[in-house]
Amino acid sequence: MREAGLALLAKRGGGAIGVNLLAFARLLRRAGLPIGAGEVMAATQALTFIDLGEKRQVQAALRAVLVNRHEHTELFDSAFAIFWRDPEAGRHAAAMALLDGLKPEEKQRPGGRRLADAMARDRPPPPAPEQPPPQPVDAALSVSERERLQAMDFEAMSAVEIAFARAEIRKLHLPLDERRTRRLRPSGGGQVDLRATLRRSLRTGGEIVTLARRRRITRPPPLVAICDISGSMARYAQVLLHFLHAVTNDRDRVATFLFGTRLTNITRQLKHRDAEASFEMIAHLVPDWSGGTRIGEALERFNHDWGRRVLGQGAVVLLITDGLDRDGAAGLAEATERLQRSCRRLIWLNPLLRFDGFQPKSQGIRAMLPHVHEFRPVHNLNSLRALIEALSGRTR
Amino acid sequence: MSVSGTRFPGSVADAGALLAAGGYVADQGLATTVHLALAMQRPLFLEGEPGTGKTEIARVLSAGLGRPLVRLQCYDGLDLSAAAYEWDAAKQLMAIRLAEGGKPPDIYAREYLRERPLLAAISGPPSVLLIDELDRADEPFEAFLLELLGDFQLTIPELGTIRAVTPPVVIITSNRTREVHDAIRRRCLYQWVDYPDAARERAILALRAPGVSAKLSAQVVAFVQKVRGGDYFKLPGVAETIDWANALNALDATELEPAAVDSTLGVLLKYQDDIAKLRGAEAARLVDEARSAA
Repeated sequence: MREAGLALLAKRGGGAIGVNLLAFARLLRRAGLPIGAGEVMAATQALTFIDLGEKRQVQAALRAVLVNRHEHTELFDSAFAIFWRDPEAGRHAAAMALLDGLKPEEKQRPGGRRLADAMARDRPPPPAPEQPPPQPVDAALSVSERERLQAMDFEAMSAVEIAFARAEIRKLHLPLDERRTRRLRPSGGGQVDLRATLRRSLRTGGEIVTLARRRRITRPPPLVAICDISGSMARYAQVLLHFLHAVTNDRDRVATFLFGTRLTNITRQLKHRDAEASFEMIAHLVPDWSGGTRIGEALERFNHDWGRRVLGQGAVVLLITDGLDRDGAAGLAEATERLQRSCRRLIWLNPLLRFDGFQPKSQGIRAMLPHVHEFRPVHNLNSLRALIEALSGRTR
Repeated sequence: MSVSGTRFPGSVADAGALLAAGGYVADQGLATTVHLALAMQRPLFLEGEPGTGKTEIARVLSAGLGRPLVRLQCYDGLDLSAAAYEWDAAKQLMAIRLAEGGKPPDIYAREYLRERPLLAAISGPPSVLLIDELDRADEPFEAFLLELLGDFQLTIPELGTIRAVTPPVVIITSNRTREVHDAIRRRCLYQWVDYPDAARERAILALRAPGVSAKLSAQVVAFVQKVRGGDYFKLPGVAETIDWANALNALDATELEPAAVDSTLGVLLKYQDDIAKLRGAEAARLVDEARSAA
């Protein structure tokens, strides 16, 4: 039996195929796949090389051309199945709802709102993004006031003070310890670059007058931040997200993950230059803002799904959590140990460390502590500064 | 579309047959993508877990099409002088010295250029170019590749643009230890190479480990498929299945036994945590299941 999609696709003449391909591309775009005119043209070309009567060939051919990430494969296959049954599906709400369910950004929308709400909570009318906070706020702060705020716990800050902290954070740069790469660039000193020397000699009639030199480039290592957004960390996470946003846009190769009860990769969202816009996107993505914590499971997920993909090339990992685990630290020691062995440096940032008499009593903290390279407080602007200084020091 | 060497396959079935003739058992999706890559003259970007046979595809295509395989193994810090071309400075200096006082020689002629894999693939006879484990190279290297992948040409500032007479068949593989840039992906046909299903894996074993009895093969495949369903840090690939079947065969096993499995787990799993998790009771359970399933 010939199904509707096949009949239309296989209709003689390029016209029907073209029209159907455009409709299919529209469907995929609505489902969230990045498909441009180039891809559609390639798809038209691809269909001329295969047997249009074979559904699996058509599907495989279109997938090869229209999908270029493994994450999109499932979405593509579902969209193809829907379209094959009914090329008009794009107009049907039911079919679109099915696809929307698969769409990563749309998942868990109601829960996700909580992040936006949390971000918006007791905040003054937001200053225009990418701009320093309104001058009056700044001017009102005397020198001593500024000093007080530098040392003030994020948790104790009012909305106005948080705004000040954010502005300060935006000024921070993270010059992580540089690693020597194997790549070279022209330089005043270093080894002789024969190719450039010979080229330079042409200017002087083939006589080598000066030697061109080059030396190795140093480059900051990749940075991976894994940040706890459970209830006990909510207030810190709010400010630290600003820090992570600033860091992501300041340097390359930063990957950021959030976790409460499950792990979410927010790297792409944080890359948006506008902090508010990127938090808005994150809000739609993260289902477990201010909920419970399952650190062990989140780290295991990270090791399993992402470790090999983002920890290459000597990555530094910032693990931001208070270590208070709902699961009674199940699997936490093993997961932390595995993480430590897969990265070059594992730094645990814990806001609880601000208390002078801090004792690692909780099970979670005791499980994780032996497996981190460094353990640092992160609860106010001064501690962030100290962190940045520590990170820029040359180690190993 | 005729090229020197064997002609390209004319259909998806032919492409599958070409791969099968070289000892590669491909599923329909992979055969279609390979056929399209050849027909549309687009690079083929293969991504997947280690040990799923990505590199093997290039070898089989090279043999099947009668084209030499030009292989570029990527690593961190790979640069143009190792990947594409290098000026032979010693030879250039010698030429300048020999011409002392006379007419200055053209030190940027082809004879002073040393070819590396990328240039060799487009300036030599039609070839299969394998850019292996691109994720191991750093991002700046990807930018070098864009011109080659888009137009099958390389521009050498001192010499000009060198264009391939016959575009090479380009295969890029990645183990996904980092994300390869979108610009590369857009110029390629993409194929995710997954672990094979049981039937395909048995067919692969029959081809690649012919000495192993059908009974043992079937049990090995059933066992490995069960392991892949479990929560291990590094799942065994097809390469591990083949090694393991051969290892058991070398120990004269005719079917899976818990003791033999325990002593050869290192062939299948490469992390101590995984081995410790599977060894003993869990392995015995899976052996039972595999024996009843196969």
